[in-house]
Amino acid sequence: MRVLRHYGLVLLLLSPWIIGFIAFTSVPMALSLYYSFTHYDLLNPPRFLGLDNYRYMFGIGPIQDPNFKTAVYNTLWIIVFGVPLRIAFAIGTAMLLTRPRRGTNYYRTLYFMPSVAPRVGVALIFVYMFNPATGPINQLLNSIPGINAPLWFYDPSWSKPALLVMGLWGVGDAIVIYMAGLLNIPRQLYEAISIEGAGALQRFRYITLPMLTPVIFFTLIIGIIDGFQYFDQAFVSGNVASGQSQVLGKPQNSLLFYSLWIYQNAFVNFNMGYACALAWVLFLATMVVTAILLITSKRWVHYGGGLST
Amino acid sequence: MQAIAEHSVLIAISLAFLLPVVLMILTALMSDRQALSPKLIPDPWQWGNFTKVFSEIPLWTYTRNTALYACLSTVGVLVSCVPVAYAFSRVAWRGRNVVFLLVLSAIMLPTQVTSVSLYIIFARDLDWTGMDWVGTLKPLIVPSFFGDAFSIFLLRQFFMTIPQELSDSMRVDGGNEWTILRRVILPLSKPALAAVALFNFIYAWNDFYNPLVYVGESPNHWTLSLALSSFRTLHHVQWNLTMAAALIFMLPVVVIFFAAQRVFIEGVTLTGVKG
Repeated sequence: MRVLRHYGLVLLLLSPWIIGFIAFTSVPMALSLYYSFTHYDLLNPPRFLGLDNYRYMFGIGPIQDPNFKTAVYNTLWIIVFGVPLRIAFAIGTAMLLTRPRRGTNYYRTLYFMPSVAPRVGVALIFVYMFNPATGPINQLLNSIPGINAPLWFYDPSWSKPALLVMGLWGVGDAIVIYMAGLLNIPRQLYEAISIEGAGALQRFRYITLPMLTPVIFFTLIIGIIDGFQYFDQAFVSGNVASGQSQVLGKPQNSLLFYSLWIYQNAFVNFNMGYACALAWVLFLATMVVTAILLITSKRWVHYGGGLST
Repeated sequence: MQAIAEHSVLIAISLAFLLPVVLMILTALMSDRQALSPKLIPDPWQWGNFTKVFSEIPLWTYTRNTALYACLSTVGVLVSCVPVAYAFSRVAWRGRNVVFLLVLSAIMLPTQVTSVSLYIIFARDLDWTGMDWVGTLKPLIVPSFFGDAFSIFLLRQFFMTIPQELSDSMRVDGGNEWTILRRVILPLSKPALAAVALFNFIYAWNDFYNPLVYVGESPNHWTLSLALSSFRTLHHVQWNLTMAAALIFMLPVVVIFFAAQRVFIEGVTLTGVKG
């Protein structure tokens, strides 16, 4: 009786999450898997296709999705360049800010604030700033002799770098996390290695970096998962710069990220079945990458010391 | 010497971080012609842009929708996640850690994976549920009353740090789980509750993807983020008014940030370092 009452209580406490997990996660995922094997345009009932959506995606068979590879490439690009850049910038700035000095709190507030700003607003201001003709960035660049300022959001080879700059503006939350990580490193470690005659570079290499690995691991995982879902900034800047919203990923598909391609298929072309297949591949990719990171993390992430992870 | 060099770097970064905000404010005060010219200082200063934008665009409606979404979903997350986090941290039961892994895995789940079929479920006449939620704020608000993985995680981490003896002494006095939750856990968890509330409020206030999917076709239910994103493409609103509206959109976030900076820093640190 008491055991039953105990489990009754646990179930009662968990009930919001159980209902939510079934209704808003499990069922939609199962449905999405089912739709991924069908053609579904919302007007006619779903028509079973077997694996055709997946064949179309990976190009096994007569026709291939012309944009799948581009979407994967762009998404990997923003992860491969964006995530390490953010981590390096955040570590560097956090190291400057954790030295005892005046004004640390002001700097921290200033750097942290943009990271809570809405991405839509941020994208608007950066498209305006990066405008090749009227924006202040190119006015500055063009005033330097010998520099040919890029066209940013109007040039397919410069649109993603512009997004990187935009991403760095929101790096503040990572800076705050690294500051906490740095302050957690016991001072004795630095004193010990200094007695051995180590310089600044060696202190960083043998103390700071290893002690930060749990935080690096966390920001790496979050960065990659966010990168897989990269959407708002690309959607808004592509649309605003090109002045239209029917074809996503402008200019010339250079901002066609994976999530945008899902959105375009589902809610612009009403190709729900294919969008679900794309979404499931994204889900599996996220799982595989996270699993690989978790497994390999044992080799390079050092737990212990001042970090209670 | 080194201190000067380091300060110069920090000041340079500060200027780079301030530039977009300053530019936004300046542009919001320009005339529409000047906003497309290289001149940076408004001439004349058009303070009227901030009132003009309300008459040109139904900004009140968008603000009301955004506030409804942000406030109600925050209430929903708090009400639903506190008991769940309590069960994962303060009550012992078999299989607790395994089930908690399931909660954690939901944090990694990309929104896009569920949103296509959720759209079909919420749309009218497409399935047996008969729900007619697309084009209303319901798909944005209702799910938050059924738990949010990240908030459960954050609250659970915090509840774990409260000494078990406090609960035990309450039990000895004949208190049941509800009294423990109400009289011990909640009063001690104010910082974590504040962090969860703020994170959710700002997430919803800034959210673009979900409003785009569920209310994108229904302008009466647009949120500010959605309205702002289509100002230029759909309505060809001038840059100066766009920036004025964007500032109005960002203002609550900035005010909350300055009022509760400590809560933010503690919350971010709690998830990032002690995660």
